[in-house]
Amino acid sequence: MPGIRHCPGRIVFGTLCHLAVTVSCVATLAWAEDGPLPMREVAPGIHVHSGRQETADAGNRGDIANIGFIVGEHCVAVVDTGGSILIGERLRLAVQAATPRPICYVINTHMHPDHVFGNAAFRQGSAAPVFVGHARLGAALAARGGNYRRALLRDAGEAAAGSEIIPPTLEVTTTLELDLGGRKLQLRAWPTAHTDNDLTVFDETTGTLWVSDLLFAGHTPVVDGSLRGWLGVMAEMARLEPRRFVCGHGDAKDWHAALAGQERYLRVLLTETRAAIKAGKTLAQAVDSVGHSEKDRWLLFDEFHRRNVTAVYAELEWED
Amino acid sequence: MNREPVLPAGPTTTFRSWCQWLCALLVLAFAAPACAADDEIWTRIRTGLFADRPIAEQADQIIQLSVPVRAEDAATVPIGIRTLLRPDANVFVEKIYLVIDKNPSPLGAVFTFTPESGRADLETRVRIEDYTMVRAIAELSDGRLYMASRFVKASGGCSAPAGKDQEAARARLGRMKLRVDGPVVYGQPNLAQLMISHPNNSGLAMDQLTRLYVPARFVRRIDVTYGGKRVMAAEVDFTISENPNFRFHFVPRADGELKAEVLDSNDVRFESSVAVREGTVPN
Repeated sequence: MPGIRHCPGRIVFGTLCHLAVTVSCVATLAWAEDGPLPMREVAPGIHVHSGRQETADAGNRGDIANIGFIVGEHCVAVVDTGGSILIGERLRLAVQAATPRPICYVINTHMHPDHVFGNAAFRQGSAAPVFVGHARLGAALAARGGNYRRALLRDAGEAAAGSEIIPPTLEVTTTLELDLGGRKLQLRAWPTAHTDNDLTVFDETTGTLWVSDLLFAGHTPVVDGSLRGWLGVMAEMARLEPRRFVCGHGDAKDWHAALAGQERYLRVLLTETRAAIKAGKTLAQAVDSVGHSEKDRWLLFDEFHRRNVTAVYAELEWED
Repeated sequence: MNREPVLPAGPTTTFRSWCQWLCALLVLAFAAPACAADDEIWTRIRTGLFADRPIAEQADQIIQLSVPVRAEDAATVPIGIRTLLRPDANVFVEKIYLVIDKNPSPLGAVFTFTPESGRADLETRVRIEDYTMVRAIAELSDGRLYMASRFVKASGGCSAPAGKDQEAARARLGRMKLRVDGPVVYGQPNLAQLMISHPNNSGLAMDQLTRLYVPARFVRRIDVTYGGKRVMAAEVDFTISENPNFRFHFVPRADGELKAEVLDSNDVRFESSVAVREGTVPN
């Protein structure tokens, strides 16, 4: 079992350094018994693991986002690493099970914990990969990392120990091409939308756009950047015609239909929140009244919709 | 019985003494061992604020607190305080203390009301740093104390990074909107809203570009008058969310000016006013 092979070194390190590392080692050992994450090869060389449509807790260990990897002739690029080091570790095992080629890049599509907390699983070994992200990702993680870690420890318990924030060492300001050998990835950094550090990955070989959380399918879209910015970005996205796409949460087949569904939700948020502000409604009243026509169309609506209204209200109340 | 404002009120030496006060409360909050019962934090705060004065806790008929059980955004938690005493009684609600036990600065706000307020009701938005009790304590003009409290699940609100567009925020710092939910009716409590564009930096959040902690700068005093008479005043800190927002009442009896004066922790003053006439919607 690869997890066991891995552990003795970490135990030595743990006794030398920090109890938390030991705990994570033991936890990794226990969890690694579950082995490689189940993956689906959606297109040649593009492997996707579907996270659960849940919020992070001790049961799912932060396995709530779609994550995966892309295999080139020379090496592999991992795209997002899951919500805890345990999920990252299982993703690493999945890469090893699929190919002997080394991992040269770990790309984070944005700052959210369910996409970055597995990073530490890829930092081990002699040939550490290059961590890649939006030019604003490092700063965003620096500002929020402490809170993310506290929330993860609270929600996922000891399974989360050892999950670290690892900022990108290769930053994308506009676009960047990564060559995996016979396979080129086009990375694009977007203006503030879902967050202020959204990055997409386009695989030229298969015409697959890894759009991550810029497009939600099933899962309620989450506004943690700018609603108006996101609508602008989506107008741009609608001009793309990817052969396939990978969302950060959930699965969809029809690009334009998925975009239209998300746009409808965001426009309902925009118009109803704006109207509530104009009518002198308080934030609490707006949270209770805006967007309920969308309730049955999305998963985890109760967990995320009210927060969206709060964020959008704060964004819009100074707009005139 | 100490009936002085708990926060120092004078504008000159206040920042230092405010800091000392904050430090004292910080020590108070963090000196407690992590495993201490939550009640212990409140006991210390309570002793500091009210010594051994009795506080009635089953006080729904005097004060009600509305706050979401699970905060949607810990940096912007809407909070409503409603009091049910009318000023035509012999006593009125003179102060409301807002205490958030587990915040770095547990005493987040002290609101002062007068008979000119009509109703000592208040709505605002606060930052909440951890799963915590939130408490609103009403002090009546005869010194009696009543408390409403709720447990709130939220975390990271104080150290959360400020809003998404800091440049736009800086450009409008100090801009205010003061409006009255009209049409105005004389002789009755009318609802007013004060919005202040201000980052209200806690000093606990990191700048996303420089990766340095943003210095604390926040609104600390608000004074609202109508026709020269106070209707609401507040001593606040970074517990109040970015772009502080308050809804409160006042009783106009004739044409006049509703005026808000705001002082921040850099001793910068902002003010805004609006003319009030019966039957109109002033903004």
